[in-house]
Amino acid sequence: MSETAVAVEHHADHAHDHHGSEGFLSKYVFSTDHKMIAMQYLFTGMGMAVIGGFMAYVFRMQLAFPGISVPGFGQVSPGEYNALVTNHGSIMIFWVAMPVLIAAFGNYCIPLMIGADDMVFPRINRLSYQIFLLSAVILLLSLFVQGGGFGGAWTAYPPLSAVGDYNQTSLGASMWLVAVALEFVAFLLGGINFITTLMNSRAPGMKAYDIPLVCWMIVIASILFMLSVGPLIAGAVMLLFDQTIGTGFYDPARGGDPILWQHLFWFFGHPEVYVVLLPAIGITIDIIATFARKKVFGYKMMLYTTVATGVLSFFVWAHHQFLAGIDPRMANVFTVTTLLISIPIAELCFVIIATLYGGSIRLTTPMLWALAFMAEFLIGGVTGIFLGASGADIYFHDTYFVLAHFHYTFYPIAIIGTFAAFTYWFPKMFGKMMNDTLGKIHFWGTIIPFNVIFIPLFVLGMGGQHRRIYNYEHFPELAGEGMYQLRELATYALLVMLAFQLVFFYNCIASWMRGKKAGKNPWESNTLEWTTESPPPHGNWPEGLPNVYRGPYEYAHPDREQDYWPQNEPA
Amino acid sequence: MSESVAIPLQHRPEPVRPKPLLSNGVLGMMIFIFTEVMIFAGFISAHAVVRSQAAGQMWPPFGQPRLPVQETALNTAALLVSGLVLVVAWFAFRKERSRARIPLLLSILLGTFFVYFQGLEWVALLGEGLTIQSSSYGGFFYLIVGTHAIHAVAALIALIWAGVRLNQGRLTGSELATVSAFWYFVVLVWPVLYIKVYL
Ligand code: HEM
Ligand SMILES: [Cu+2]
Repeated sequence: MSETAVAVEHHADHAHDHHGSEGFLSKYVFSTDHKMIAMQYLFTGMGMAVIGGFMAYVFRMQLAFPGISVPGFGQVSPGEYNALVTNHGSIMIFWVAMPVLIAAFGNYCIPLMIGADDMVFPRINRLSYQIFLLSAVILLLSLFVQGGGFGGAWTAYPPLSAVGDYNQTSLGASMWLVAVALEFVAFLLGGINFITTLMNSRAPGMKAYDIPLVCWMIVIASILFMLSVGPLIAGAVMLLFDQTIGTGFYDPARGGDPILWQHLFWFFGHPEVYVVLLPAIGITIDIIATFARKKVFGYKMMLYTTVATGVLSFFVWAHHQFLAGIDPRMANVFTVTTLLISIPIAELCFVIIATLYGGSIRLTTPMLWALAFMAEFLIGGVTGIFLGASGADIYFHDTYFVLAHFHYTFYPIAIIGTFAAFTYWFPKMFGKMMNDTLGKIHFWGTIIPFNVIFIPLFVLGMGGQHRRIYNYEHFPELAGEGMYQLRELATYALLVMLAFQLVFFYNCIASWMRGKKAGKNPWESNTLEWTTESPPPHGNWPEGLPNVYRGPYEYAHPDREQDYWPQNEPA
Repeated sequence: MSESVAIPLQHRPEPVRPKPLLSNGVLGMMIFIFTEVMIFAGFISAHAVVRSQAAGQMWPPFGQPRLPVQETALNTAALLVSGLVLVVAWFAFRKERSRARIPLLLSILLGTFFVYFQGLEWVALLGEGLTIQSSSYGGFFYLIVGTHAIHAVAALIALIWAGVRLNQGRLTGSELATVSAFWYFVVLVWPVLYIKVYL
């Protein structure tokens, strides 16, 4: 009896039974279609990336040329500098990496790649985006309230973040916190949808090991998020109460403990980096398999490795607190777990190399991005090992070395991974091919400046440059000629990189308007999203959902003439 | 030399759509509850950390009232019974829908009793000078118990909604299971909070 109820419920939750006759609002604004919600997340995320990039431009100008009147912004005061850095970090992690990699590509790909007509809870999906949008608006408004935006770093350590008299931005700090909390709620709703959809809505015949890795990765990332975010929500409520109604949870004078926040934050914070990493790895692997025309090496090993990494990622958080006065014996334990976690990461790299080995590689733009992801992320991972050794970290902590480390991880994830996915699925999303030449110009114009920005920052960090300083002129040993040259080099490279993004925007619009028609399967790929029209119509497969007969990576099968073998083709 | 050389053409039986282990509603609710458990775990561990560092190991701190351990024990019992009665309602529903009415109503009443008496307890404690600002002891008490109370009220509203639909004869098994799962969470997390916060 309850089984029939299940089937009925699945359709009852589809709020969009009104095919065809949709008005503008119900089609573009209040849509419950997973593809439209994906677009909303994608474009909101990209808009936020532009804002975050602008902030980086302003504070990099201040760092290279202290006191300059920045074109388009004006003179940067210390308070503004702090607000810019803080919100740049928050935006790039919570309003760019998460919405684009998880929410946009998760929403777009999961139903299409597992052969479902939509998410299982379409209205919850719409609500998720609306809450996300609200959170973005609150964050942006917080920059303009009295006192200015919050400037206590994206990690928001108390007592600085808790006490208005210290941070001077009591309203901005609370709005920042509320915005982050709302963003979490949005992703909780989204994550519930992803996991349930993957479990319950797969096409007939699709077994666990027939699911494309990118779907697995996004779902595992959602699970990690769900498991890690609770303590931070608890901590955020306590921080909000400390800020607004005068409790003393983090105030040592009143029996509280400021280090408590660091534990709650990083218990979430470290799994969070894997939350954004996994989707990017999934995207990379799918693209590499497609363009190397080879089966992914060790599909199951990859999957188990990922799960192991996820579990381990809950036991490394205190490597962010080696200098926060934690017990040195505890620091030893966390050094060991941190070194351990680089093993699965290395394994993922070898899996990708083994997949490439002997393939007949097609160097398309998405493939270039996928390869670049591997190469650049490797540098981020390797420098993490230096930081994870608690002895070395005494020197490196809170220097630009740390900053360069996490940009060598986050940038490949959030920017390179996004460009890989965007250029790969663009033909599906918009029905047109992107211009490959422009794509490659944009690729090199992004990758080269990226390295020129951040390699100098490693050097500066090793030279002792602290992360959170507004003007190095006041520190004689950091204000030398050589150091300023490196800072200026990084800033010029940033300007070049930002300029090359215009090529990307031009390419998007030009290809969308007059690009070559893409057809159903321009990349000759196996997965299900390539078996429907581009762009897919409402309901994804109007003539009936596909059946699945094999795994997603059957390229170059010796018994077949075609070098690919779509999942839905009967044997 | 590709890996797939050794694999012969696979023949699989004609695909069928498998029956899901859990309905969408129940699965979604269970994932949500997972997150909720972690939120309470966060509160509880924060509480434990602060308590272990209390000045002079005084807990409650000097000048703060003790929490009413016995009265709340009674209240805890009411909540647990409410959970049990809801289990009864589920089995009654499986036999014949209308038979679930009385146990469901009873469960809601016991739950309301719990929330009401917790409210009375708060009023009394406020009178004795325990406020959310008065100490980290009071802070954690109102924070943790208040969070639980918000969940209890939300779950009760969901149960009432289920009761109304049951009366109209429209309640599905999956809906009842989803709503009940949330109430079980509220019931089962409470003894942990009671032991950690009151004792
Ligand atoms: C998954 C990709 C990774 C991302 C996105 C990432 C991100 C970050 C971020 C954001 C920080 C700085 C936090 C702050 O203080 O503001 C950081 C610091 C750190 N990362 Fe990573 N990381 C990644 C991989 C790794 C790996 C593989 C290791 C070690 C094997 C590692 C070890 C560390 C350590 C030890 C620190 C603390 C350094 C310090 O503050 O002194 N990370 N990482
Ligand atoms: Cu970490």
